[in-house]
Amino acid sequence: MKKKYSIFSLAKNALSGHKEWPKMWRSPEPREFYDVIIIGGGGHGLGTAYYLAKEHGLKNIAVIEKGWLGGGNTGRNTTIIRSNYLWDDSAHLYEHSLKLWENLSIELNYNVMFSQRGVMNLAHNEHDIKEIKRRVSANNLNGIDSFWLSKEEIQKKVPIMNTDNLRYPVLGASYQPRGGVARHDAIAWGFAMRADEMGVDIIQNCEAHQIRTKNGTIEGVETSKGFLRANKIGVVASGHTGVLAESAGIRLPLQSKPLQALVSEPIKPIIDTVVMSSAVHAYVSQSDKGELVIGAGTDSYNSFTQRGGFNIIEDTIRAMVELYPVFGKMKMLRQWGGIVDICPDASPIISKCDIDGLFFNCGWGTGGFKATPGSANVFAHTIAKNEPHQINSAFNLDRFASGRLVDEHGAAAVAH
Amino acid sequence: MLIINCPYCGPRDQSEFSNGGEAHVKRPDGSKEIGDREWGEYVFIRANPKGLFYERWVHTHGCRKWFNCVRDTSTDEILVTYKLDEKKPNLNNFKSVVKTPSGEPEVGSGNFTVEK
Repeated sequence: MKKKYSIFSLAKNALSGHKEWPKMWRSPEPREFYDVIIIGGGGHGLGTAYYLAKEHGLKNIAVIEKGWLGGGNTGRNTTIIRSNYLWDDSAHLYEHSLKLWENLSIELNYNVMFSQRGVMNLAHNEHDIKEIKRRVSANNLNGIDSFWLSKEEIQKKVPIMNTDNLRYPVLGASYQPRGGVARHDAIAWGFAMRADEMGVDIIQNCEAHQIRTKNGTIEGVETSKGFLRANKIGVVASGHTGVLAESAGIRLPLQSKPLQALVSEPIKPIIDTVVMSSAVHAYVSQSDKGELVIGAGTDSYNSFTQRGGFNIIEDTIRAMVELYPVFGKMKMLRQWGGIVDICPDASPIISKCDIDGLFFNCGWGTGGFKATPGSANVFAHTIAKNEPHQINSAFNLDRFASGRLVDEHGAAAVAH
Repeated sequence: MLIINCPYCGPRDQSEFSNGGEAHVKRPDGSKEIGDREWGEYVFIRANPKGLFYERWVHTHGCRKWFNCVRDTSTDEILVTYKLDEKKPNLNNFKSVVKTPSGEPEVGSGNFTVEK
């Protein structure tokens, strides 16, 4: 039965002490065979299953997840959403995603708390100014809302920012009003619930051990709940994608590193937009609970430890306190790391590979959350049709042989 | 943060070092014969194991020498560091704590020092 959420269902369940809410999804035991198995129950994986069922009419689908839904990078990021990328290929992909975000709460009848409060990318030197103005122009040519803010306009929007009395003064910024933040859990839960309603089996605590192939075709996947046969497998396992690919004999150009974030104690509303700075590497927004959500960088070395080095947060906090002296005495509540898989060109891979029926959606590196619905949507298309959607055709594996990279290292508005 | 044993200077704080990625990567022979794909693999693809990993470090803010290292990427434990001209150690000499390819080690990531 389709679950509906409204003010009336809230009132009704309030009367019964909120004990009668129906479970959002079933927890079935896995069947022996599926048409499609998605490995990874984060936003991208659950969204892929949702779009496979909804837009491509597939019925026999499973999502397997080694932990709990959205417990990986979906629950570990800083939830920033924007589409102001430099290159056309990236701009189209992230803009496709942003457009889906704009309608997602209505489509899922589940509040993903998408708040278009704007995203600012600061310029701290002459080169930043040139690079950002170039990106703003590229965005405008692609029909993406983006414009240049002067220092005075920044001061008006974010009065707590110290723009002058610091080592790298703030000289201006790009601004995308349609950007913003969303609730990280809600995107996983919303997709999971609606996919489950269409018959997708969502299997938690089911770890993929090995992808089995035979004569260049997919057979299935060995899991902690036994061997599951499948016609097609989509791997959306972020930092662990490379490990699973290796088990099928595929080498991917990915390096896994911890990316850190931290949140402060909750305070009253003080910053009503998202401010990112790639030059000093600090970005911040305020959650609806009042916590400052602060993004730090990746470690320089490969690692699967979900914590990251202390020096990385030290750098970010130093930049934060210089940019916002008013935050200097705040307490930080939590710090954590998520394992991100980074491609040599800092762009994702949404592609089939040499093995028939095996598909990868990976390499999102430090910026995958914003792409969740868009990535899921085009990945579902790629799996269902055995060929990429126009939007993700540039993000194939062949680019590492042809050299046609989508180099977003310097262009993505934030350092990777 | 890691304490790294530079083979020339001894144990120092990680902030003195820079990471150089996978060690022992060999440039393919016969550059005229090999195709784009093999070149692409050499240029772009590096090992990314969860567990034992051969890697390079350079003591940037010290002796500025490069050296190799075996580290467990599931715990960040550095098992051995050795000079560039030394033979690479056999990984069978070390115990991998990762039981399934994508599983977590029992001690929890980064907590090996607590156990020792």
